[in-house]
Amino acid sequence: MGIMRQKPLLALAVGLLALFGATTSEAFTACQVTDTGGIDDNSFNQTAWKGVLDAQEAFGIEGRFLESQAETDYDANINSLIGGACDVIFTIGFLLGDATEKAARANPDQPFSIVDFAYDPEIPNVLGQVYATDEAAFLAGYLAAGMTETKILGTFGGINIPPVTIFMDGFVRGANHWNAEKGDTVTVLGWDLESREGLFTNNFDNLDDGRAFAQNLYDEGADIVLPVAGPVGLGSATLADELGTEKLKIIGVDADLFFTDSERQHVYLTSIMKRMDSTVAQVIEKTMKGEFAGGLLVGTLENGGVGIAPFHDMDSIVPDDLKAELQALQAGIIDGRISVSD
Amino acid sequence: MSDATTNATQGHLLGRTQVEDLFIVPAFALVAALIIGTVVMLATGVTLSTIGQSYVALLRGSVGSVNAVSETLTAALPLILAGLGLALGFRAGLFNIGAEGQIIMGGLAAVVAGVALGDLPKVFALPGALAAGALVGAFYASIAGWLKAATGAHEVISTIMLNLISYRLLDYLLRTPLIQKEGRADPISKSVPDAAELPKLLTFIDVNLRLHAGIFLTLVMVFVAYWLLFRSKLGFEFRASGENPIAARVAGMNASLTIVLAMAIAGSLAGLAGANQTLGVLDRATPGFSAGIGFDAIAVALLGRSHPIGVLFAGLLFGALEAGGRQMQVDAGVSIDLIGIIQSLVIVFIAAPLLVKAIFPWGFKRSGTP
Repeated sequence: MGIMRQKPLLALAVGLLALFGATTSEAFTACQVTDTGGIDDNSFNQTAWKGVLDAQEAFGIEGRFLESQAETDYDANINSLIGGACDVIFTIGFLLGDATEKAARANPDQPFSIVDFAYDPEIPNVLGQVYATDEAAFLAGYLAAGMTETKILGTFGGINIPPVTIFMDGFVRGANHWNAEKGDTVTVLGWDLESREGLFTNNFDNLDDGRAFAQNLYDEGADIVLPVAGPVGLGSATLADELGTEKLKIIGVDADLFFTDSERQHVYLTSIMKRMDSTVAQVIEKTMKGEFAGGLLVGTLENGGVGIAPFHDMDSIVPDDLKAELQALQAGIIDGRISVSD
Repeated sequence: MSDATTNATQGHLLGRTQVEDLFIVPAFALVAALIIGTVVMLATGVTLSTIGQSYVALLRGSVGSVNAVSETLTAALPLILAGLGLALGFRAGLFNIGAEGQIIMGGLAAVVAGVALGDLPKVFALPGALAAGALVGAFYASIAGWLKAATGAHEVISTIMLNLISYRLLDYLLRTPLIQKEGRADPISKSVPDAAELPKLLTFIDVNLRLHAGIFLTLVMVFVAYWLLFRSKLGFEFRASGENPIAARVAGMNASLTIVLAMAIAGSLAGLAGANQTLGVLDRATPGFSAGIGFDAIAVALLGRSHPIGVLFAGLLFGALEAGGRQMQVDAGVSIDLIGIIQSLVIVFIAAPLLVKAIFPWGFKRSGTP
């Protein structure tokens, strides 16, 4: 709820601005439309918003956001930001892909940047921010396979869509890489690379589902679970908190959940991070300099756009040689010796 | 109540008691909800100037510009359509919780029919797609009606279960090759072809205005529902069954048929609400496209006192709160959750007219004596 505390101040600022004439649009304004996870989802909406807040601090810009409560809100929310008030509009997530395209084509002079989506062919006024998440997930899968006691890992997703399943792909392949290296037999429940089927909650907001899915995986023997469903994973973290981390550990996604979910920070082995804050801030800076252009921005292990978080509280239980292997693995992925996609 | 009943049975459009029920109670309920909303905002650390700013934004975002009115109406249309259906059911004594599922099935059917009829001229494709939505909605609702008539299964339970089935059925159907958009791995339907779309009405002013021809459909349906309920023999049977099922049966009305028909008509209106969304707003079906409209519509129907005109205004109020709530977020940075609280407070107060009358005694005709 860190964001909530900042709302009144921001609201006051925006309110005053509106009071003294809505035409005072001298300050650069970055606007954000969230998906249904909401601005304080401890995940990608919040991380992207942190990019806006960072830019606010660094460049003194204005920031506004609109939360979507249902898929029917996407068009309406984007529409209510169009009309000159926003210098760049960030739309967060694959699910806003169609709505963003529609708005961008209807308003060709309005710069848009969508997180987690790319258009083919490109749209001249939309910059897509995508992340090679499987690179980081591969590291997390290798780490988890090295840490599990039961030789069983678990994962589940929100919806069976590419930005979700790319985590699961990397995670499973990372665990398989461990098996190949060590002659081990660690299995991953919840995602089948071949059939592209697995466990999905079919939503990104129900914490009870996160708890129930993690419970099911735990009952099947998994002692490390990777929930790829935004705030749904917080429910899984609650379960791990109650069971104790020696029985169940969680791997976070999108942000370093050690910081964003501070109440349950001790349950996270690591987090697979997409540094949307850094790419969003980069886009704002570019746009302010008048260098905005449509196209694609890819975050990788190499440019720091993705990565795994430090182990924090778990640092002492991760063996040193496993840490060294992860370092070598990361270097191998960056220079292309190790492929994360087969 | 007897005043209202007399008016209704004699076909007066609105009596004094109904004016109080339909307009004065909601108006005061809104005032009371805004006052409590202010208290809630103060309690969460929002400053007074921001609160003032946010209520100005609420007004501006709902009626303050052409775009605001367009958004209010766009949000209100499906609520009114589904609310009309629920109101008919309530009048017949059926507490139908299933509008959400009927919206899903109707909206999806409209997309499928729209895609299939996309090559025909608009005069065939659009009515065909709308009719498919209404028919499938009617069929889906009449399952619950039939279960009640044939086995006595309570409609509250069966419609809730049918809602749950519809969510998963939608997820499944959106992945079948017939419906899923080509080249997509995620559950999303093909786009509705132009011929089957409800045309946007105001794009000549601004391309971003979303108001569509569903508004005519909705107004016609308000009139149809009014006529059906208060002017037709069927509507009389609905109301008689709702007021006193035993008397209705003794008077020779077929109770089972009444139940199934009432559910089917309610379902057809909810199906039209779904078609209104997929053909007019979204141009496709996605998981969760029903967006809780079927549940909000229950509140709209209750708020409108199950009277078609009341439903019309209640739907407009809800649409205004939704559109205005968005502006509250943009202008004042107030959380959208607060709009949910204010909406809920409005419903609480309207559901308790005696409470509203106790708080604001000067707005009402004295009726202390029976």
